[in-house]
Amino acid sequence: MSFDLETAAAPAGLRRVAIDPVSRVEGHGKVTILLDAQNRVQQVRLHIVEFRGFEKFIEGRPYWEVPVMVQRLCGICPVSHHLAAAKAMDRVLGAHPVTPTAEKLRRLMHYGQVMQSHALHFFHLSSPDLLFGFDSDVNLRNIVGVIRAHPDIAKKGVMLRKFGQEVIRVTAGKRVHGTGAVPGGMNKHLSIADRDLLLRDADQMVEWAGDAVTIAKQLHAQNPALYDSFGSFRSNMLSLVRADGAMDLYDGVIRARDASGKIFLDGASDQSYLDLMEEEVRPWTYMKFPHLKSLGRDVGWYRVGPLARVQNCDFIPSPLAEAERREFIAWGRGEPVHATLAYHWARMIEVLHSMEVIRDLLADPELLDGDLMTTGERTGTGVGIIEAPRGTLIHDYRVGDDDLVTMCNLIVSTTHNNQAMNEAVRSVARQFLDGRELTEGLLNHIEIAIRAYDPCLSCATHALGRMPLDVVLQGPDGTLVDHVLRSPEGELVRNLAAPVGLPA
Amino acid sequence: MTAPVLVFGWGNRSRGDDALGPLFVEQLRDALGGDDRVEFFDDYQLQVEHALDLVGRERVLFVDASLTAAAPFEATTLHPSRDATFTTHAMSPGSVMHVFRDLHHAEPPPCTLLAIRGERFELGEAPTPAALEHLALAVAWGREWLATGARHEHVEAAAHA
Repeated sequence: MSFDLETAAAPAGLRRVAIDPVSRVEGHGKVTILLDAQNRVQQVRLHIVEFRGFEKFIEGRPYWEVPVMVQRLCGICPVSHHLAAAKAMDRVLGAHPVTPTAEKLRRLMHYGQVMQSHALHFFHLSSPDLLFGFDSDVNLRNIVGVIRAHPDIAKKGVMLRKFGQEVIRVTAGKRVHGTGAVPGGMNKHLSIADRDLLLRDADQMVEWAGDAVTIAKQLHAQNPALYDSFGSFRSNMLSLVRADGAMDLYDGVIRARDASGKIFLDGASDQSYLDLMEEEVRPWTYMKFPHLKSLGRDVGWYRVGPLARVQNCDFIPSPLAEAERREFIAWGRGEPVHATLAYHWARMIEVLHSMEVIRDLLADPELLDGDLMTTGERTGTGVGIIEAPRGTLIHDYRVGDDDLVTMCNLIVSTTHNNQAMNEAVRSVARQFLDGRELTEGLLNHIEIAIRAYDPCLSCATHALGRMPLDVVLQGPDGTLVDHVLRSPEGELVRNLAAPVGLPA
Repeated sequence: MTAPVLVFGWGNRSRGDDALGPLFVEQLRDALGGDDRVEFFDDYQLQVEHALDLVGRERVLFVDASLTAAAPFEATTLHPSRDATFTTHAMSPGSVMHVFRDLHHAEPPPCTLLAIRGERFELGEAPTPAALEHLALAVAWGREWLATGARHEHVEAAAHA
């Protein structure tokens, strides 16, 4: 069985449009759309065109290297990989739970990472679309445009981002390639000087985070017809929650709700994730499709990330964010909010929660003193699950008696959202592309739907000179009609001789 | 006290020649043997907050691997620019300078881009021998750049081959 619009009933004779790669998302993705002669959408797919072999990169390495090495899988959320690997290796060593001081230091690092990642996404990657409109001049839809039109917003975004980076630096030891979390605990306390430096600005950051929620909320209120319908579809939602149902981004049990909001999976141990979910390979993309075994591939897929987390928990354990969560839930009028653009609103609620957590942790004297390491009886296997900025991140390892990793399985956040991103693109294609001529603004609608998930399609590879946008048009007989490349400087270059990438 | 000179390389040490930026920073720092006038940073990618790292500098050297630069490297004077990288996770140095200008309502310090030619960027691969040869020449150029000041205001490439 195929999902609606995943595979055209009669692909021969359809016109193909490819957006390759999707700009302003991480890594290399491509959207292909097959249109018939009347410009009706017949097939839409989000392809991931690179596969990096993350697991092979890790296997064969000594376990103690892994929390450091995995940071190189992703230049965008290295801390999430660092902590998920450390949590898994705690289990491998039997060093679970870690000491209260170690857990609090890890939490501080993690919430700093979530906050700065979310701030970057909202203020700098998505705000140009949200503030100027989806069909606005492409030259305005960037951070320079935002700075000029809304200098206060842009500056707050930069400063929130910087604050989060400093939280990471003081807990991980360095701005990048941090070594703070080690199997069994942490390797350093927070210094008094670093704590005081962060505390000085913490209240200001909480206030700005609150402002960010207000902006996101106002965007929905100003145009509810657009924000409620754009890229909207019903789905299950999955995340970790604390044992008592509270939002917890660092640790917890697995919970899932169905599209009506009913909890159908709860309290499941992170160590048993393989009993709950499996991944399906489809031949047209390198990214797998996870789903819950109990429901099967057709109805067992789910969304992860801020939209799922804010609605999956029973409450947020910090007062300002909890008040915002209640307002968010009320927006759904008794039903879960399924709108793709609501990811932005939920993301800002998590920024506020993260800042409240950071501020409260900084006041905790246990971060300055106390045992850092735990020991135990080695088990040789371990799973570490964490709620990374983009959603649930799973690290699973087996380690041999020689200390070398013999098996590694990673399910990254964006992979969980694979089916959902495809559904979002199809929803937008149905709404905005059927029967219309293709324009840059319309193609940008597709990208906006994908960007709402803040996907990290590949990780950290970059080099000067790569083309950020590649659009291919093919006629009904399969001949190449047009091929336009957009350079990093924004210049459009027509090149019929250039390769056109994957088949649709 | 902010060091007047910043050397900022970026890239991923575990992705083949993408390591050239961080390796340049590491090797030039080691070669210099400690100098309070120069600060060295490396990161995976350039981002908006890096505009704040330009504050108080007299000059800045950005260093990255490049698929398109002439071998062994090109040194180019940078200018603030608004290009398609502004809203990506991987900004160009010119776009970082533009963010500085808009945030501070002032011109950023003089910035130079050193683009070292690389070929392969796969996860888990070591830098290629050719890239390491380019790196050695680039580090020698970097020492001269630090010693002589910003006099390289034109594209330099073939002269260093």
